[in-house]
Order: sequence, then structure tokens, then C-alpha cells
Amino acid sequence: MFEKTAERFRECIPSVDFCSLRVVREQTEVMAMLRGVLQPPSSREDFGGMVTVIHGGGLGYAATSDLSTSGLNQAIARAKKWAERSALASVYDFSSVPMPHPQGTYASPVEQPFHDMSVSDCMALLKTESDKLTIDPRVVHWGVSIMYVGTDSLYLTSGGGEVFQQLRHIAPAIEAVASDGSDTQSRTMASLRGFSQQGGLEVLERSGFYSDGPRIAREALELLEAPQCPSGEQDLILDADQMMLQIHESIGHPLELDRILGDERNYAGTSFVTADMFGEYQYGSKLLNITFDPTLSEQFASYGYDDDGVQATKEYLIQDGVLVRPLGGLLSQHRAGLNGVANSRACSWNRPPIDRMANINLEEGTDSLSALIGQVEKGVYMRTNRSWSIDDSRNKFQFGCEWGREIVDGALGRVVRNPNYRGISAGFWRNLKAVGDGSTRGVMGTPYCGKGEPNQVVRVGHASPACLFSNVAVFGGV
Amino acid sequence: MKDTFFGFFERLAATVGSAERLTAHYKGEESCFIRFNRGLVRQPGSVTQNDCTLRLISGLKQANMELSLSGVLEQDVQRGLQALETLRAWIVHLPDDPHLLLPEQPQSTERMSQMLLPDSGTMVTDILDVARGLDLVGILATGSIGRGFASTSGQRNWFTAHPFSFDWCIYHHGDKAVKSTWSGFEWDRGVLEQKMESAQRKLAILDQPVKKLAPGRYRTYLTPAAVSDLVGMCSWGGFSASATKIGMSPLLHLSSGDRQLDPRICISENVAQGVTEDFQDSGFIRPGNVPLVAEGKLVGTLVSPRSAKEYGLENNGAGGGESPCALDMAGGSMPNAEVLERLGTGVYVSNLWYLNFSDRAAGRITGMTRFATLWIEDGKPVGPIDPMRFDETLYNALGDNLLALTREREFDLSTSTYHRRSTESTRVPGALIDAFPFTL
Repeated sequence: MFEKTAERFRECIPSVDFCSLRVVREQTEVMAMLRGVLQPPSSREDFGGMVTVIHGGGLGYAATSDLSTSGLNQAIARAKKWAERSALASVYDFSSVPMPHPQGTYASPVEQPFHDMSVSDCMALLKTESDKLTIDPRVVHWGVSIMYVGTDSLYLTSGGGEVFQQLRHIAPAIEAVASDGSDTQSRTMASLRGFSQQGGLEVLERSGFYSDGPRIAREALELLEAPQCPSGEQDLILDADQMMLQIHESIGHPLELDRILGDERNYAGTSFVTADMFGEYQYGSKLLNITFDPTLSEQFASYGYDDDGVQATKEYLIQDGVLVRPLGGLLSQHRAGLNGVANSRACSWNRPPIDRMANINLEEGTDSLSALIGQVEKGVYMRTNRSWSIDDSRNKFQFGCEWGREIVDGALGRVVRNPNYRGISAGFWRNLKAVGDGSTRGVMGTPYCGKGEPNQVVRVGHASPACLFSNVAVFGGV
Repeated sequence: MKDTFFGFFERLAATVGSAERLTAHYKGEESCFIRFNRGLVRQPGSVTQNDCTLRLISGLKQANMELSLSGVLEQDVQRGLQALETLRAWIVHLPDDPHLLLPEQPQSTERMSQMLLPDSGTMVTDILDVARGLDLVGILATGSIGRGFASTSGQRNWFTAHPFSFDWCIYHHGDKAVKSTWSGFEWDRGVLEQKMESAQRKLAILDQPVKKLAPGRYRTYLTPAAVSDLVGMCSWGGFSASATKIGMSPLLHLSSGDRQLDPRICISENVAQGVTEDFQDSGFIRPGNVPLVAEGKLVGTLVSPRSAKEYGLENNGAGGGESPCALDMAGGSMPNAEVLERLGTGVYVSNLWYLNFSDRAAGRITGMTRFATLWIEDGKPVGPIDPMRFDETLYNALGDNLLALTREREFDLSTSTYHRRSTESTRVPGALIDAFPFTL
């Protein structure tokens, strides 16, 4: 089907400065069991294409699921019209950007394809894992699910560029909710499907899908009887499944170049980072090393080329604590006069590419988890995000976790409920006191990062070890 | 698209066996999205999308698949037939679904509006003209939206609307800006000019030096936009029958009767006065009005067909998420003209941002102020305040510490465009609140 679309596009290419067609075919399947009841299997076959035209300095796009010759010609005409209209009042002369015409392919590493598992086997697996959660009548809600997303995309350009990519994603989830009537507490294997990765059925094993259920249910019950998280300024250890959120919100988003250029000021927000900070600004302690890394092939947002056809390579964004590079795709790089990365991405065929996070990772340190805990006189160890809020400049944040444990004199103490902490991005990262080693690292990812006008939700990945921060404002619930 | 969708469905329905039932739910649009930045065009384009969810039912077994339709009938029919074969292959393996519920009597409806909007190019030209010299950033979304439902029981529902929404800010400096939205079904350059002038007048207040606000509790006025965000958090399960039954609702204590909101708080799902379609994805018709909170007490929830079956409740046409699509909050007695005087000295919050629960079971919410948040002294604006974080329970903000609600309310069409343009809306008043806590 893609071959015929490519042929049609080549026959339709207009006489313009640049034209591309990005075709996406995405198959999504969700199997879920809630409170012991199999939910109706749901699936989605999303298929369409976006034409982008750059001409006379203007840029326009048109998306359609009619990829016949007639449909493509209409889409090209609409995109060209928008390019011509916007050329008169465009934020930038887009014709001045040398757009690439790449040739290449990329595919997720898959050891055991998802469809090797039959519908019957999948149902049996869900029932087995669901039953592990029903350990007490106070577990009032429980659920297990597996989401599979297979994405095939073809990117064609008027200069002969052709990139075909096949991505395969697995996003498992386990949840247990315990209630005693006056309080309700939840535990998940990682919120927001946070153990999402690329690959096949082997992702289920890596994520702990086969083993985590009993622990999740037990911890939800423990939380009901746990004391509130103690309040006060103290040390804080965040495990990998909270670090993903911390990195995402207070490093990933503020480094997006389109925010810095002001595009997102009406919706997702601006950034406390300004263009003049790159190369000089001490973002965090010297232990902080952050990379844009599309090369970790099992990670959720790996790819070979971004949606403007730029080949993706690993780059340092923050090195030894110093801010070195923004998250900006080709068009933003030219607009800002800064370097960047291959992160011009769209959620599907019906939305245009913008600057997005992909895999934004915190590089490993040298401490085991026990070594991190051993450095804490008074503090809290937190796992698994459950609440997130940050200002539109990505500075003042308040995050909450599902589960916490006191640390006293270098040893773990009581489990505590409703653990929250707040801070300001700049100061927080400078208080990074120790970074965990590979044994503490989690390769996390989620399908749910929202941004952009029109709105888009994309997949992101965040690999991180556990980290220790000093002097953090920690508090509990009401 | 109406004829194409129903034609597509008829072709598929003709292949359905006597022991099978088929429903189709259509969501489509022909939209233009034009992004602006610095008073210029950043990213303009058009999107034509037609999505159809097919649900095949055999006895008490069911499975569903959503397809992108091309609009080319023969091509779509072939895809639809393939989808049915996949669903049939799945269904033989499935157990009966104990929570399956479908309409017993077909209820066909049609609501079609007339296209009154000009060409999107004209709207863009108007915006660029009116915003000349201003640091304007935002998005214009315009075009036709269609929704449809068809079933082999003979039900047919169709809805079309041709709305626009222009959602924008004018920036003064840094993060200081005035946010505006204008949505509707008729474009009037004169109205746009008035709204831009009004925003520019507010912008002048941002010229004043920034007032440094120490964390603490302040008498605070939340505009309707801010109240909409605060009350909108109740949509995260607060009005859900399922979440209420399980005990996962953020209104846990309201549903148990342990706590209540101020008696002036009345909230309903008011589809009759909203702009959304009157049918949901299973084909149930939404009632015109579902009372949710009356005199500060939870009096109703939104019940989806699945919850109705699971808990033995009466289905009231809610979607699977059981969240409001036309949230309506009653106004109070404070005239808009008296807001600053009644606030006296305190914080005027134009917009809130990035709300989330810091203690869900306790109904405690955190979030930020955004855009033009002002310090008011003796009823007069003194200057802007930097973004501040709040952390407060609904029971305090809309309960013990609620001083007044405005008489006038604001009706806003949702500007959400995740996956597709939303047809949801809110109609809420502003709220004057005592001792509202700002924490950072």
C-alpha cells in the first residue's frame, strides 16, 4: 500500500521550494481486565498522510486519509495555498532552511512479536495477573492491561528522500486501589503506563508484568494504614519511576526550543531557559548529565529519523551540570540560530511536527540504592508518580508519589502515604547530591505527553537511575 | 459526510448475520488550524479526518475497532469488511460481557446547523490586521464537525456544527500576558476588535511593577475561566458513577456525606444548553439536564451504560469516561461590576494552570496562577503578581471559605483539539474566596 502511495506522490509533486508527504499507518490494540471482568477488546486502525509545502518563504500543511491521486492532489493544493497565504506574514522565511532528502529505514528490535500471543492466551494471561491482585476485600478496584501499538511510517520528499520506519510498542499496566471507606490509596506498576518500551512480548518480562501484581496489591493495602509523609526540608531519594516525571517536566519541557521561541506561550507555556544560557548556564550539580538518546533501541521513543527527515543521533543536553544544547528540530534551530537535535515529531498523520521530547535520559552514576540511602540522615524515599503540576515557565513544581518510605540515619524506616515534594527547577537540580548506578536504573516511557496547538499526545522515554537530592520541601496529605 | 457515513454503514450492515448486531459511531471534521506567534503566522494547515468505531455484538460478546475512513466509499467498505472479519475472529474467543448494555428502543435524532463562517483566509487576515504591532500568540481552529451513530436496530443519529475558536494571548513582557478566547458560530470582525481592545486595556495594568507576594492565605477572586479549571478537576472521576461506587472519586467525602460544599454550589450536566451532540457512542440519548451537585451536596452522578449494568443504576447517557461534556454551575448574587470592590485587597486570578490532585481522596488540588494575576488594593488593581502555586481542598475553596459567586456566568466552548476538536463546553460564574492559600 505504501508503494502505491509513494508512486502517486511522485506523480503529484508540485513546483514548489519543498514538498513532503508523511504517511502513517498505526494499529493499536488494547486488552484489559478490570475488577476481574474482561473489557471488550478495542483496536484502532489509523491511516492517513500529511503533505507539507514550503514555498516563497511560507509553510503550509494538509492532512487527509484519502491517499488516492485525487486526494493527494487536493491535499497538495491546500498545503500550497496555506504556504502562499502565510508567506505574506510568516514568523520565518522557511524557504531559507535546507530541508534534508534522506534515504533510510529503521525498525524496533522485536524478539517475540506481540501477535505471537493469541487472543485466548492474552485473556488467560490477563486473568492470571488480575487474580494476583485480589488479596484482600479492601482492594476495591484492580486492573491489568496490555496496549500494543504498531506504527509504520513513510516519509517522502520532493527531492527524492524516502524513509521507512517500523516501530513496535508495548505498554503494560497493573493497578490496585485499596479503600477503607475514609481513604483510598493506589499502587501501579508505574503510572501513565510508565514501563512502556519498544519491542515485542519480551517487554512484558522486562517490565515485571508477570511478577509485580502481589507487591502492588500489598503496597496499596500498606498505604491505607501508613502515617502521612512527614513534612519539612529534608533529603529525598527518587526512584527511576519518579525520576522519569522529574526529568520530563523540569528538564525536558524547559529545553524545548519552540517554547523558548515563544510558539507555546498560549498553551503549553514558555520556559525559564533563554537562548543565551546555552554553553554557560549551570543547570544542576556536576553530577547531572542529560542526553537526548534515540539509540537505546528498546526505549519507548527511539527512532531513526524525525518527522522532518533528520537522522537522530545521541547528544548531550546537559553535561557536568552545564546546559549545552536545546531540544529543537531543524526549523527551530534555524529560527533560533542554535544547534539542536532530531526531535521534530508529530503524534500522527493529522498533526504537524513540532519540537518534542523523545528519549531524554539521565546518565548513570556510581552509587547503589543502599549507598544512596546510607548517605541520608533524615529523608524520604519516593516511588511512582501520581501527581504533577508545574508552572508555565517550568520552574515552580509540585509532584506527588504513590508510595514513600522514611529514611532515618542511613536506613529505611516506615512506609508513608501521600508523599509530595515541591521546589523550583533551577535550585532543585543543583541540589543533586548523588546519582545511582546501573542497578538502580529504569528504562521508562509513557504514551501520554501532551503539547501543541492543535493539541498532540506523543510517546516519550526517560531512562534514569535513582537519585538523591538534598534540602527538598517534602510534605504529606491533609 | 452524513450520506457517506450512513451509506458505508448500510453496506456493512447488509453483511451482518442474524445473530449479530453492529453499531457504528462516527467522529469527523474538516478543520483549519492556524497558529500565530509574535503577531505573525507560525504554522497553518488543514486536516480532514473521518473516524468510525465499529462495534460487533454477538449474543453477549462484543469487540470494537476504530477505523480512519478515506471518504471514498468503496475503499472504506473494503476496510470496514476487513475490520468485521477481525472482530468476528476475536469474538469467538471472548466470554460473555456481563456489562453489555445497548438501547432497547431505537431513538433517531438529527441536529444540523448552517455554516455561517467565512473562508478561513478571511479570518486570518482579520486577526493579523487587528493584532498588528502586538505580541500575539495562539491558535484559530475553524471548520465543520460531524458526529453520527448507526445501528442494525435501525437507529440513526446525526449532528453537524460549524464552530470556530480563537484562543490567544497578548504578551506584555516575560510571562506577563492577557489571555482571551472567542468562540462561536458567526465571525464578526467588530467583535474581534472589541475583544482585542479589551485585552489591550488589561495589558496596561501589566505595565506596573510586579508585586512580590509571600506565601500565605489571601482573599482571592477567581474569574470564570479559573473557576472552570478548578471545578473541571471534579471531572477527573468526581462525577463518575463508577469512581464514586469504588471510592476513587476526588469527591469521596462529598459522596459519603462527611463533607459538603457551600449551599450555593449547584452543578449539573446541561446538554440542553451546551453545543455537543445529544447521543453518546453506544447510541443512548443524553438527557437535557442531569443534576450533580445541589445545595452543596452530591445528588447525582454520570452513569455510562457499563456502570448502569455493573451497579444496577439508571444509565443517563454518559460516555465511558463519565465526565461532563456541558458542565453548568449556577451563578450567585454578586454583580460583575462589584467584584473588585468586594475583593477589596487581595489577589485577582485571571487563569489557573496545570491543576492536579495533591491528595485525591481529600479533594485537595494544587496548581498555578498564570497570565494576568493581579494584586488589588482597596478595589483597585496595583500591579501583576508572578505565577504562584496554590494547594487547597475543594471543601475549603468552594465550601467553608466561599464568600460569593458572580451573578453573571461565562459560556466557553472547549478549545481542546486532542485527537479531534472538542464539542464540550462549560458555563460557570466567578468566585470570591477567603483565605485562599498560595504556597510557593
